Amino acid sequence: MAQLIGVPRETAPGEKRVATVPDVVERLVKLGFRVAVQSGAGDGANFADDTYRAAGAEIIPEAEQLWVSADIIFKVRPPEPDEVVMLSEGATLVSFIWPAQHPLLMEALAAKKATVLAMDSVPRISRAQKLDALSSMANIAGYRAVIEAAHHFGRFFTGQITAAGKVPPARVFIIGAGVAGLAAIGAAVGLGAIVRANDTRPEVADQVRSLGAEFAGVDYQEEGSGVGGYAKVMSEGFQRAQREVFAREAKEADIVITTALIPGKPAPKLITAEMVRSMKPGSVIVDLAAEQGGNCELTVPGEVAVRHGVTIIGYTDLPSRLAKQSSTLYATNLLRLTEELCKPKDGRLNVNMDDEVIRGTTVIKDGTVTWPPPPPKLSAAPPKPAAKPPAAAPKAAGHGGATAPASPRATAIIFLVAAILFGLIGAYAPATFLEHFTVFVLACFVGYMVIWNVTPSLHTPLMSVTNAISSIITIGALVQIAPPVADAGGRPTTWIIALAVVSIALVAINMFGGFAVTQRMLQMFRK
Amino acid sequence: MSTTLATVSYLGAIILFILSLGGLSNPESSRRGNLYGMIGMTIAVLATVLGPRVTAGGYPWIVGALAVGAAIGLYAARVVKMTQMPELVALMHSLVGLAAVLIGYANYIDPAATAHFQGAEKTIHELEIYIGVLIGAVTFSGSLIAFGKLSAKITGKPVLIPARHWINLAGLLVVIYCGGWFINTQSMAEGMTPLAIMTVIALAFGVHMVMAIGGADMPVVVSMLNSYSGWAAAATGFMLNNDLLIVTGALVGSSGAILSYIMCRAMNRNFVAVIAGGFGTGGGAPAASGAAPAGEVHPISAPETAELLRNARNVIIVPGYGMAVAQAQHTVYEITRWLREKKVNVRFGIHPVAGRMPGHMNVLLAEAKVPYDIVHEMDEINADFPDTDVAMVIGANDIVNPAAQEDPSSPIAGMPVLEVWRAKTAVVMKRSMATGYAGVDNPLFYKDNTRMLFGDAKKMLEEVLAALKA
Repeated sequence: MAQLIGVPRETAPGEKRVATVPDVVERLVKLGFRVAVQSGAGDGANFADDTYRAAGAEIIPEAEQLWVSADIIFKVRPPEPDEVVMLSEGATLVSFIWPAQHPLLMEALAAKKATVLAMDSVPRISRAQKLDALSSMANIAGYRAVIEAAHHFGRFFTGQITAAGKVPPARVFIIGAGVAGLAAIGAAVGLGAIVRANDTRPEVADQVRSLGAEFAGVDYQEEGSGVGGYAKVMSEGFQRAQREVFAREAKEADIVITTALIPGKPAPKLITAEMVRSMKPGSVIVDLAAEQGGNCELTVPGEVAVRHGVTIIGYTDLPSRLAKQSSTLYATNLLRLTEELCKPKDGRLNVNMDDEVIRGTTVIKDGTVTWPPPPPKLSAAPPKPAAKPPAAAPKAAGHGGATAPASPRATAIIFLVAAILFGLIGAYAPATFLEHFTVFVLACFVGYMVIWNVTPSLHTPLMSVTNAISSIITIGALVQIAPPVADAGGRPTTWIIALAVVSIALVAINMFGGFAVTQRMLQMFRK
Repeated sequence: MSTTLATVSYLGAIILFILSLGGLSNPESSRRGNLYGMIGMTIAVLATVLGPRVTAGGYPWIVGALAVGAAIGLYAARVVKMTQMPELVALMHSLVGLAAVLIGYANYIDPAATAHFQGAEKTIHELEIYIGVLIGAVTFSGSLIAFGKLSAKITGKPVLIPARHWINLAGLLVVIYCGGWFINTQSMAEGMTPLAIMTVIALAFGVHMVMAIGGADMPVVVSMLNSYSGWAAAATGFMLNNDLLIVTGALVGSSGAILSYIMCRAMNRNFVAVIAGGFGTGGGAPAASGAAPAGEVHPISAPETAELLRNARNVIIVPGYGMAVAQAQHTVYEITRWLREKKVNVRFGIHPVAGRMPGHMNVLLAEAKVPYDIVHEMDEINADFPDTDVAMVIGANDIVNPAAQEDPSSPIAGMPVLEVWRAKTAVVMKRSMATGYAGVDNPLFYKDNTRMLFGDAKKMLEEVLAALKA
């Protein structure tokens, strides 16, 4: 029988979002589910009970009734303790959980034998993008951050020359070009500000520029991409160089928006009190990392504070401040997740732990904590070229012999054969041959060493130049043409000269042609 | 010029050759590397000609022969199209092979060269001649066939004679037998017979060996023949007691061998299997293996492709032999430039064995002035496909075949491929639904996110460019 999805009203103070919207209710019903929405759940996001009812949802007046009867609960915020109590045994819960920050909640949910899918734990791989609620929320937060900043900033964003005087454009500096940062760049550029942005991951510079902002990079060599497309903690030297950039940028900026987060760690303190003091009075800082402690030393989480004449916005509910939009996107993310979980469209969830996306999202499975998941297989951002992606590595059995290190036995056999060969040569060959043989073997090794590191793009020129160099064989012909022999009697001179001349001519084609064609090729290689 | 001076000059030439090969390892220093090679060659030739082993009587012959060869070589180098580069290189290898044969014969019939050898030394000297001629002959005929295959004068399909391994074995035994006969002959006239028999067998073996190798493996063959021409030079060096020849030959030989090995590894093929010939020799008929991927292909038009590209932020272009055939590299660059001006991140993903020669695609793209810092190797770029909006495959097939990863029974199973199907959309430009050189069907064409743009690569790309600019 079809499972019942229950959507309770969010109980956190000030939370206006709701976990589903009427459009999505219709789609859930099409997947075979029954949907129940608590009365008034959509009020904050301007979705009336009637619209839910029209979409096919049942409206349940009391929270308790809804929690008890539902097989599946869709929520936005992590459930409160009293809500966990109401959750029926063995039910499925889908919401933000933040398992690392809420160990007690995890215990309580596990005790309920629940299956919990955490929307904050969706793996950051491309297939999971459609259900990446963090990105959806970050997008909204970034946009809203600019709107909040504009609200508290006493001037236009765009520069204007009016009859009443010239207005300079606002200068916006954005730290962290993740989803939120990029959304903020887009919004600020759209309002006409001059935008500069910084990120520890150099590869995002192009994305920043593509949105019309300048990239204020830190001139220090270190790769900042961590696993899963997030940034990682940087070295001390980098941080010092970074602080210098921030100090300079903050001084010039009218608005600073910080979005720097490192998963599982408190937000890095990037904007010091000193930097705040250096900013112009009336400037605005929006700290999107306020919930994790803030990127600015003076941030008061959840509030707007004025320090040294600078307004510091530490709202932690920016997505909720755009409740209709964020509810719609979040509901859609949940719908995509539901589709993944219910492939046959029969109204029943199937939590398939073999699926990488579902495996990563599921933090509790039938009362067993399954968090943290194994690391994602693919990075969402390009990793360092040197690091070979594991996905490219699998080799079919029986074909990998060429790349696998030789087994000790094979090595031993090779050495044995070589020893016998060398022994034979040593026993029978004359001394003059051995001299040449020594030179020959050493030259083979030199060739090996020199060639091993050649870049593949130069394989053709390399082949062409070695081909040209093999024209050295012409020396063999040269010494045959007219050797200084005292007694030329019985020597078929005509034949030898004919053969040698033909050889020289043939090799000369190769010699001159080879070098010339290599030169021609190499001239085309340009940066 | 005294003997010691000549020897020192040879030493200088050797150092220059090593520097030359070393310089070729990266684009910045490559031109200098080529220059070193030229200087080294000039020194080596001058030191030989002016040295004690050549008397003034030979100068007219030498100058004449060099002038004729130089004229032909320079002319060929100037007129050759970059797409014909593999053929030219193969043809040039054959010249070195032929020269090695001729020099071997000349050395054998020259009593002055052999008179002072006695006992074991004489045996070794004759063995050196024999081996030099053998390698030279194989290089010569093999290179000619490779040239024929690359220029499509001979079919690119592997030509497999029944029991070919037995034929090869029989040939080898005859060669060894003739070798014994040759060493034990007393006079020159007697020795000529086994030498001639061996030469014929070696020529036939070269033909047979390369005929059995499919077009897709030609990069390995070309580089292997390159290696052979080096070994031929080294053998000649032994024959003539010339260290310069030995060292240079060994350098060229080992570098060619390593290049072949690198390429085999890139294709995840066993080196011996490639040389022994034939694709899928162990796996039965390629077409029959595995489930033939069935399904619908989604064709796309040039304007639609342009629209896709215009809306993309990240584009990766994967060129293959088809681009070379259609001479489309300049149009590709025009499109690249247009997109880059529009801030689209365009990069190139090059498979190590794309084309018919190692680095073939790089040379073509370089000819079209594509900056080399946006041209990436497979390992560098494969992880980026999931973030890519459009992956454009231009005339490539086997190197983007997902069957290599998904179908263990496929003849190309385990070969690393460019994972274009992980991009949001893969546009595949192809003349028809025909299979690639490996003769394997490509499930990529049937994927939901694949769009097929049928037609001549150059013509279609020009239409795409026109649509972009419109």
